[in-house]
Amino acid sequence: MMVPVDGFMYPNEVELAWSVLIVVYPYVTGLVAGAFILASLERIFHVTAVKPTYRLALLTALAFLLVAPMPLQLHLGHPERALEMYLTPNRGSAMAMFGFVYVWYLMAVLLLEIWLDFRREIVLLSQSTTGWKRLFYRALTLGSSNISEGALRVDDKVGWVITLIGIPSAFLLHGYVGFIFGSVKANPWWSTPLMPVVFIFSAMVSGIALVMLVYMAMMKIRRQPIDMPCLDTIARYLFYTFTIDFSLEMLDLIHRMYEADESFQSLDFMVHTRLWTSQVLIQIILGTAVPLALLALTQVARLGTAWRRLLYGVAGTLTLIGIFAMRWNVVIGGQLFSKSFLGYTSYKMAFATREGLLPSVGLMILPFFILWGLVKLLPPWTSVSDRTLEGQHGGAS
Amino acid sequence: MITRRKLLMLLPAAALAWEYVLAGTPESAPGYNRNQHWWGMLLDIDKCIGCGSCVRACANENDVPEGYFRTWVERYHVSDWRQEVPQVDSPNGGKNGFPPSEAQGGKNFFVPKMCNHCVDSPCTQVCPVGATFHTPDSVVLVDDTYCLGCRYCIQACPYGCRFLHPIRRTAQKCTLCYHRITRGLTTACCENCPTGARQLADLKNPNDPIHEFLKTHSVQVLKPHLATGAKAFYHDLDGSVR
Repeated sequence: MMVPVDGFMYPNEVELAWSVLIVVYPYVTGLVAGAFILASLERIFHVTAVKPTYRLALLTALAFLLVAPMPLQLHLGHPERALEMYLTPNRGSAMAMFGFVYVWYLMAVLLLEIWLDFRREIVLLSQSTTGWKRLFYRALTLGSSNISEGALRVDDKVGWVITLIGIPSAFLLHGYVGFIFGSVKANPWWSTPLMPVVFIFSAMVSGIALVMLVYMAMMKIRRQPIDMPCLDTIARYLFYTFTIDFSLEMLDLIHRMYEADESFQSLDFMVHTRLWTSQVLIQIILGTAVPLALLALTQVARLGTAWRRLLYGVAGTLTLIGIFAMRWNVVIGGQLFSKSFLGYTSYKMAFATREGLLPSVGLMILPFFILWGLVKLLPPWTSVSDRTLEGQHGGAS
Repeated sequence: MITRRKLLMLLPAAALAWEYVLAGTPESAPGYNRNQHWWGMLLDIDKCIGCGSCVRACANENDVPEGYFRTWVERYHVSDWRQEVPQVDSPNGGKNGFPPSEAQGGKNFFVPKMCNHCVDSPCTQVCPVGATFHTPDSVVLVDDTYCLGCRYCIQACPYGCRFLHPIRRTAQKCTLCYHRITRGLTTACCENCPTGARQLADLKNPNDPIHEFLKTHSVQVLKPHLATGAKAFYHDLDGSVR
């Protein structure tokens, strides 16, 4: 396949090494981290207004976390060797640590926290259901059917500690993904210490937007009224984190423009040509400026409930598109220019190949099916205020 | 005393340890002591005529797939008034030589490129499983049976020397013809260069002419600001070369 090239590329650079799957990977991981941070707002930071989304956020994080390694696995030249990362990791490699960070986050943080939080319901369901469901819930109890007040108090305390550990873990999970790119000194588009920080904040932005939209959609499907104080609070936090994220990205941009090192002309040309649509139009204008303006409007103007819902929905959707574009521009954009700074290549996305558009779209849809299954098995709708120890760590928002 | 229980516990650990030992071990050649060599390459810009013999020899010797390169040759045209923005071409990696230049004025020269076998190589640093590694005689190799094909090393190489083999699905690069140099031969590219523009250098061998050359000539490495410890030494390298 002939790839259009402008100027000069080193001959081995013409074909991109990392495909759209590697765009999906940080995007999905970011959604996990962001959803978890939103959940922690209620648990740790006492933002009680977001309680209705607490459990939903945890299940959303789990659904996406289960999918997170799949794009990597699909992308490997030898997927059957993937476990070597656990068996004989190169401790000096940023990428080698992914498996450990992932397992830590999945097993020690998310699964444990979800289990502790749903344990009461799991035990009750194991007693009230029949057939395979009974067996399933009995297995989920892990042999512990004690749901006395004392036991639940312990659950709550342990859950609180796990959430506390979970926050830096979520930062680690996604900050580390940023480090994978930020530490590549050969690539000036990636090589910046700001990269992990930008990744963390963009993760928070995308995760909060996702949970907000999922909550709105779920309420619509269940024909239940949306808790507007909850939605307003989530939107407010989305606005705050987005503002920080945007500031960091602008800081990076301004720094690059002012410093204008040897790579600048090359990168500048790329942004004005090959990345114009995905970076300037989609990421910066449509995916950042517009949702920020809409969210700002909801903060300063007195709008009715219907208007706020509409604006939150539009802003959330645009935010998710914008953050996806950001991942695209980092991963794909970082490979479109030559490390000689003398030329540019193109990315032609395949369709139904292993690394094509079709599996990528499938991997983006799959977490929603998993989430649907999780919601069916562990309904998150039980109000958190039902927790026996309401107020133990709670407080006013 | 080793009980059956202890043995069952020890065996998987021993298997893992053995696998760890095997990963990153080059094939050994009889009579070759890896600790007595420290390999590099001298590339003389003034001598390169852009004939592409080295590229063809490398492709034949190492079964390099069409369209990918373990070594290639670039042609630079540097105008008098824009030193920092050269015009560069490398049709098919210079494998079949170059058509006559249409560029007017300025200067033209050829630059052979290859893996720099860096001492502080970014590619070995990032490999998640250590499938790419330094040999004791300072050659950077890839263990084809161990590489995951994640391509992180391709991203990390500042010189564009690596590619994913389209059939084997593993990272590939110049091995400095390790199968030849450990048997006392020179590399395929050096052997086939008609002008001697490429010379294999053993920095641990006191009788190697490289020592005299380095003492008496102006020598540079590519992208020195990246501090990779490159060992592809270029004689009379122009400042415009990237």
